[in-house]
Amino acid sequence: MILEVKDLRIEFPTRRGTLVAVDGISFSIAPGEVLGVVGESGAGKSLTGTAIIGLLEPPGRIAGGEIRLEGERIDRLPHDAMRRIRGRRIGAIFQDPLTSLNPLYTIGEQLVETICTHLGTDRKTGRERALGLLREVGIPAPEARIDHYPHQFSGGMRQRVVIALALCAEPRLIIADEPTTALDVSIQAQIIQLLKKLAREHGTAVMLITHDMGVIAETADRVAVMYAGRIAEIGPVGELLRAPRHPYTVGLMGSIPKIRAATRERHARLVQIEGSMPRLTAIPSGCAFNPRCPKAFERCRVERPEPLAAGSNLTACWLYG
Amino acid sequence: MDLQTLWNHDLAYSFRRSPVTIAAALLALTCIGGALLAPWLAPYNPFDAATLDLNKALSPPAWIPEGTRAYLLGTDDQGRDILSTILYGARISLAVGVAAVLFALALGVTLGLTAGYFGGRIDAFIMRIADIQLSFPAILIALLVDGVARVVMPTDRLDEIAIPVLILSIGISGWVQYARTVRGSTLVEKGKEYVQAARVIGRRPLAIMLRHVLPNVMGPVLVIATIHIATAIITEATLSFLGVGVPPTNPSLGTLISRGNEFMISGVWWIVLFPGIALVTLVLSVNLLGDWLRDALNPKLR
Amino acid sequence: MAENALLRLESVGRDFDVSRPWLNRVVERAPRLILRAVDDVSLEVRKGETLALVGESGCGKSTVARLIVGLYSPSRGRIAFDGVDISSSSAGAQTERIRRRMQMIFQDPYASLNPRWRVREIVAEPIRVLNLLQREEQIAARVAELLTQVGLSPEDGEKYPHEFSGGQRQRISIARALSGRPEFLVCDEPTSALDVSVQAQILNLMTQLQSELGLTYLFISHNLAVVSHVADRVGVMYLGRLVELAEAEALFARPKHPYTRMLLDAVPDLEMSGRARTPVAGEVPNPLSPPRGCAFHPRCPHANARCREERPELKLHDGRQAACHAVEEKRL
Repeated sequence: MILEVKDLRIEFPTRRGTLVAVDGISFSIAPGEVLGVVGESGAGKSLTGTAIIGLLEPPGRIAGGEIRLEGERIDRLPHDAMRRIRGRRIGAIFQDPLTSLNPLYTIGEQLVETICTHLGTDRKTGRERALGLLREVGIPAPEARIDHYPHQFSGGMRQRVVIALALCAEPRLIIADEPTTALDVSIQAQIIQLLKKLAREHGTAVMLITHDMGVIAETADRVAVMYAGRIAEIGPVGELLRAPRHPYTVGLMGSIPKIRAATRERHARLVQIEGSMPRLTAIPSGCAFNPRCPKAFERCRVERPEPLAAGSNLTACWLYG
Repeated sequence: MDLQTLWNHDLAYSFRRSPVTIAAALLALTCIGGALLAPWLAPYNPFDAATLDLNKALSPPAWIPEGTRAYLLGTDDQGRDILSTILYGARISLAVGVAAVLFALALGVTLGLTAGYFGGRIDAFIMRIADIQLSFPAILIALLVDGVARVVMPTDRLDEIAIPVLILSIGISGWVQYARTVRGSTLVEKGKEYVQAARVIGRRPLAIMLRHVLPNVMGPVLVIATIHIATAIITEATLSFLGVGVPPTNPSLGTLISRGNEFMISGVWWIVLFPGIALVTLVLSVNLLGDWLRDALNPKLR
Repeated sequence: MAENALLRLESVGRDFDVSRPWLNRVVERAPRLILRAVDDVSLEVRKGETLALVGESGCGKSTVARLIVGLYSPSRGRIAFDGVDISSSSAGAQTERIRRRMQMIFQDPYASLNPRWRVREIVAEPIRVLNLLQREEQIAARVAELLTQVGLSPEDGEKYPHEFSGGQRQRISIARALSGRPEFLVCDEPTSALDVSVQAQILNLMTQLQSELGLTYLFISHNLAVVSHVADRVGVMYLGRLVELAEAEALFARPKHPYTRMLLDAVPDLEMSGRARTPVAGEVPNPLSPPRGCAFHPRCPHANARCREERPELKLHDGRQAACHAVEEKRL
C-alpha cells in the first residue's frame, strides 16, 4: 500500500466548541490505483486531502488516527520534513490551475526548478525531463510552449501543465482535488483520460477528490463515498455504482440525472434525498444520515455503524449489520 | 438585538479578545467623554473674560513648587486654566474632525457610487478629478480651499465662519479615498447577480444604488471613516497651528499647541506639552480602534 | 413559424467591446477588439414548453438569456415577446409591461440574493416594484404562500440569506422570481452550483411548478444530462451561434451536428456500460478570432474544404435544424 489512513480525525476548535470535520475514516491506496473520494460539499473530502499533504490550515488539526506513506508515518512530521515530502513523494493538483502556477515565471522555469530541487539534476537534464513531461501530458509543440507564461495557456492546457508539475519528481502519491471542476465538459474528459493513463503507467497511487460521480465512474478503480465527515461506503467502482448498498449512495446515484432519449422518461421526478447535509455543529447521534434515511430504524439513531462488509463493498449501515 | 446576542456577536468577541483595543476604547471614551462634558467637568470656563485674572498668568502645574492647586495643569499667559482649555479645545477638535469626516464621507460615497454604477464618461470624469487631487498633499488642498473661502467671504465675519470653512476644507481634501473604495466595491457588487436580479425586476438605477448597492459597500467605508477621524483631527491641528484654522478666541488643541509653542523658549513648557499629550492620546486611541475595526471586519484575517 | 410562439428571436447578435482602454490603445497601438458573443441566433420558445440552450463556457448561451430579459440590448436582430418587439426601445412603456411577464433565475445562489436583506423583503421586492399588492398584510400573506410553495416555511422570511444552504437559497431565488407572477422564466444554470442531491430537489421543484403554474422556461445549462431531463426542445450553441436545434428526444437519440455528438460522447458513462466513445479532441478556439467557415471545423473529424471556407446556415434536415455542411451533403 502506498497510502494508508487509519481512523483519521480532523477537528476545528472554535469558541463555540470543537467541530469534528472528519471523524474516524480509514482507507488505503495501492500502487497504480485511483481511489475516488466523492461527497457533497461539507462532507470533509477536501479536508482529508489537505491533511494528507500536511497543509491543514490552523486552527484545523489532526486530532487522532494516523497517515502512512509507504509505511512511514507522516501525520506527525515537522514542517520542514513535510515540505520535502510534498512535491517529492506526494504531488498535488488543485481545482484552479491558475493558482497552482506562479504567473511571474515561464512554465519551463517552474518545471525545471522543481525537477532540480527534488531530483538533484542539473538544469540541462531538468529541461529535457520537463520537455518529456509536457509531451507526456499532451501539450502540442512543447519545445515552443515551454518558455511561455501560464496566462498564455488555455484552462485545459494549464491544468495539463499543473499535472506535469505534480509529476516532475515522480511522486508515489498524487492528491487531485476537483482537478476537472473548472473545466468544460469536452476538456474534462481529456484530463480524466490523462490522469488515468499516467497513474497506470507510472504506478502512482491517486486520490481523486470530486463531487462528480461521472468523473469517478470514468477514472476511479475504487470509490469512497463520504457523508458528514465519515465514509458511508467504500468499494470497487463497478460494484458501488451499479449496486450501491448504503441508502445515501443509493439516493445519491438516483438523484443524478441521466441522458434519457425517450419522452416518457423525461419529466419523471428524480430520486431526491430529503433535507440537507447536517452542519458540523449539529451532527446527529448514531448514523449521521439517519434523519434523512428512508430506511432508518431505532438502532441507527443511537449507535454509530462501523464499516461492514456488504458484497464486495464496506458499508457503514446497520441494514447490513 | 438583545444584550446576549450583542455580547456573542463576532465583533464583540474579537473586541473582548484584544486588550489593546479595550485600552484604546477606554482611552478614546475618556477623551471623547471629557470633550463632550467639558462645560460640566472643566473647573473654569476659559473663555469667560470676566473670570480671567492676569495676575494668575503663567502659573506652572500644581506639583511644581510655584504652582497652585487651583490650576492643576497650570495657566497660560492670559491666566486661563490649561486643563479647562484642553477639555474645551478637544471638543472643538473632535467636532471639526467628525464633521469633516462626515462631509468627506457623504461626498466621496455619492461620487464613488455614481462613478462605479454608471461607469463610462461619468466614471472617467470623477476619477480623473480624484487622481489630480491625489497628486497634491491633503494639507495643501485644505490650505487652498481655506484660502479661497477667506477671500470670497466677508472679512468681518471671518471668525464666525472659520469652523465651517475648516470642516469644508478638511472634508474636500479627504473625499477621494471614500470615492475610490466605494467605486471599487460598487464595480464588484454591480456585477453580482442580485443587482442583475433587481434590474430584471424593473428597479430604477437610483433605487438599485441606494437600496441594493449602498448597504453592501459601507463596511470598508466605516473603517476608513474611523481612521480618517484621527487624520482629520491632525489636519485640523496642523491648520490651526499654521494659523489658518480655528481662531484663538475659541481655540482647538491645534491652536493651543500653536500658542504654547511661542512660550517654549522662555521655559514655559506646560502650555504646549499638555495639549500635545491630549492630542496624541486622542488620535492614537481613535487610530487603534480603527485598526481593530479594519482587522475585525476583514474576513481574511479572521 | 409556429403560432403559439411566446418568444421569438430573429437573427439576434450581440457584440462586446473588449478593447483595452483608450490610452493603452493609443500608446501600445493595440487595435479595437470586438467580441461577437452572440451571432445570428434565431429561435422561438413556445408557450408552456422548456427550451434548453446547451454549450460550453463562452458559447454565448448566458448572453442570450440576458438579452431576452433586457440586461443587455441586442446589437443586431429583433426579439419579440408575445408578438411585441422588445428589443428596440428599452424604455418604452409597452416594453416595460411585457418585461413584467418574464423573470430570471440566476446561477450563483450566493451572489443572487442581497446579503443585507431579510428573505421576506427579497421575495416581496417584485410585488412592491410591480405594484401587484398594496396592503402590507396582503404582501406578507403572499410571501408566506410563495415560501411554502418552494418548500420553505413562512418563518424563514425573517432570516437573512447567509442562514441558508445553497439549495435553500436557490428556492428563495425561485420564490422571488415567481412573486412577480411571470409566465416566462429564464433560468441561467440554476443548478450548476449545487450538489447533485440538491440539484435533484431543485429540478423536481421546477418541473412541478411548471405544470402547476403553466410556466414557460428557457433553460440554460452546460450539463447535457440535466437538459435531457427537463427540456422539450434543445438548442446547442458553439462560439456564439446555434449549431443544432431539435426536439430533445431526437437530439439525444440521434444527434446530427458533429459538435453535439462530441458533447454527448464527453458525458461520463455512469452506468459503466462500456459504450464506444470517440475521444474528444481540441479546445474551443479564441472567440476573438473565430476560425473561418464553420467555427467547429478545426475540431471536426468530418470537415472538408467547404467547411473551411463557407459558414453553414441553420437549415431543416429531417425535422430538426442543424448548421452543418456534412449533414446537408448527407455525408453524415
